[in-house]
Amino acid sequence: MVKQVRAEAAPTEAAGAAIVAQDITRRFGDFTAVEGVNLRVEKGEVFGFLGPNGSGKTTVIKMLTGLLPLSEGKAWVEGLDVRAEAEEVRERIGYMSQKFSLYDDLTVTENLTFYGRIYGLPKDRMERRYKEVVELNGLGPYADRQAGKLSGGWKQRLALGCAMLHEPKILFLDEPTAGIDPVARRQLWDLLFELSGQGITFFVTTHYMDEAERCSHVAYIYNARIIADGTPDALKGLPEVTPTGTRRVEITAPEITRALRLVRAMEGVRSATVFGQAIHALVEEEFDLEELEKRLGQQGIQVSEMRPLAPSLEDVFVELTYRRKAELEATSA
Amino acid sequence: MFRGFGAVLYKEVLHIRRDYRTVFFALFIPVLQMIVLGFGIDTNIRQVKTVVFNQDGRQASRELLDRMRNSDTYRIVGYVQSDRELNDAIISARARVGIKIPVDYSDQLLKGGTAQVLVLIDGSDSSVAGQALNVSTAIGFDESLRRVLGSSRGALPVEMRPKLLFNPDSRSPNFFLPGLVAVLLLFFTTFLTALAIVREKEKGTLEQLFVTPVRPLGLLLGKLVPYFGIGLLGLSGLLFFMVTVFRVPIHGNTLLLYALAFPYLFVNLSIGLLISSKANTQPEAMQMSMMVILPTIFFSGYIFPRETMPLPFYLFSFLVPGTYFVNISRGIILRGAGIAHLWMDGAVLLTFGVALLLLAAKRFQKKVIAV
Repeated sequence: MVKQVRAEAAPTEAAGAAIVAQDITRRFGDFTAVEGVNLRVEKGEVFGFLGPNGSGKTTVIKMLTGLLPLSEGKAWVEGLDVRAEAEEVRERIGYMSQKFSLYDDLTVTENLTFYGRIYGLPKDRMERRYKEVVELNGLGPYADRQAGKLSGGWKQRLALGCAMLHEPKILFLDEPTAGIDPVARRQLWDLLFELSGQGITFFVTTHYMDEAERCSHVAYIYNARIIADGTPDALKGLPEVTPTGTRRVEITAPEITRALRLVRAMEGVRSATVFGQAIHALVEEEFDLEELEKRLGQQGIQVSEMRPLAPSLEDVFVELTYRRKAELEATSA
Repeated sequence: MFRGFGAVLYKEVLHIRRDYRTVFFALFIPVLQMIVLGFGIDTNIRQVKTVVFNQDGRQASRELLDRMRNSDTYRIVGYVQSDRELNDAIISARARVGIKIPVDYSDQLLKGGTAQVLVLIDGSDSSVAGQALNVSTAIGFDESLRRVLGSSRGALPVEMRPKLLFNPDSRSPNFFLPGLVAVLLLFFTTFLTALAIVREKEKGTLEQLFVTPVRPLGLLLGKLVPYFGIGLLGLSGLLFFMVTVFRVPIHGNTLLLYALAFPYLFVNLSIGLLISSKANTQPEAMQMSMMVILPTIFFSGYIFPRETMPLPFYLFSFLVPGTYFVNISRGIILRGAGIAHLWMDGAVLLTFGVALLLLAAKRFQKKVIAV
């Protein structure tokens, strides 16, 4: 039995946005997978949705695409109520799931034809879109190859091609680059930006920080709740990330592991981690860097470079996650 | 409501063309059954191996043995000289029946006493034993009557003249092949439909489809129709071989058989959908399909007559949809039955079908779509 839900007009402040979610919650029995999530994604944005595995990313996507009913809250996609106007929503969105979910035994052309028919594209429009999609995704040489025989990157391009064939306004991509090689990854992102330039909104989940840095808007979900939401620059400027009275420095030195132990042992160092050949440390404002250089020198480690550092998105997410964890422990204790 | 039907149909036909193995597998078992049951198995008991211990050995005893031999039920494979040898022959399965004619057989007959003949029957195969038992009793009666009435009357006062209708030679292909039609259709619809949906569940393509405007009914029908088509083709093939190779004529209206196949397929489809709403992997779907197919084989009357089943099994057989279709198929093919004789079976199947489809659609909506 399908529950009849009356379509609710999008609130005025939501009008014009691609996606608006108000306090959406999803429970599976006693378990709350997503709790009170609020989101607003503007048209044409490349929205990066990040979070650890099991934090609720995929559940949010499933709720917004109509795969999962909302336990609580309201959401609009392109101004349409996702519960009451699910059908209309489906016409306007494309979805690419985490797992490759096209038909392995069908060729590239057959998969595209199938999706064209599902959306009921008329013949001439289908022909035009087929040409455009094949060209845009560079699928031409593989048109007659079975999907199962394509490599990872090409599979993703085919999946993207199928998802965008009906000219959706919004594309939901659930970890589109997981498990594909760096070149294919770069190419896929270039393609996303090209499409975004044509006015398509992207809702992308990822684990890669470099991908997140490229997004025009990111949100971070942890333990069913959103703990950061904004442009990458705005998030890096958050006071919680670099609390007053602290600053970030990058220290380049040999014997990085031994150096890290020494840095961590010093007073005034809040946290320190290794990034490639350097240590990123959050230190107190009055912390003496020369003292640090001297201390390392005594241990036979010659510091080659030391410079102030802006926080990376990863720093932002790590810092916010620790804070949230501490809050959760405090409330449960 | 049916949105996406054409697209899914197109895709499903491509799948079948690429992956003919699944279809072959589904065809293989019914075809194998057709060959084995059509050619190999003769359920009529004839020429049962028999050993004889004839202690009497005179004219009268040899006449009795001739009568037994002429019944076509017994084939005398040897003579023995002791009770022990007689027993051994049966235990070692060299013979199914042992006949012992006592030393005073002819004397008793002459005296007007009762001549006793011992007939030992191997009961380990009940149908062979039953036949051997019945025929030996019949020959005994016959022989007694002749002697009691003597030559005073030329003919016996009562003569039973049984006539087997519809299958005068009691050929087993006539019995099995019409029933096989029911099993064949069951394989195609339940098994292949369940497999086709579960495969998409496994691959995650089903979820992908639910983000598109495809409606569940369009999806399900698009998947069903090609297998339904193959099922009807299989039915035609089976009927063709049945008529040409196995010489089982169709006495009734073939079109009626096709028409009544629809409600039956409807039931099986619903069962296939129920399975696919429960099973998450293909092996699971296969196991569950077997749980449906086996009761059909055993309880529908396809192999074992329902009338001789213990009451609980007999009652259970009314719940097996195959029961009704076996009756329809045999009715049309063997007995020349028309719609007037078979409408009840068709109505029951239709009722089953509607009830199960509602149940399946509800479960499908709940379990598969809104995961």
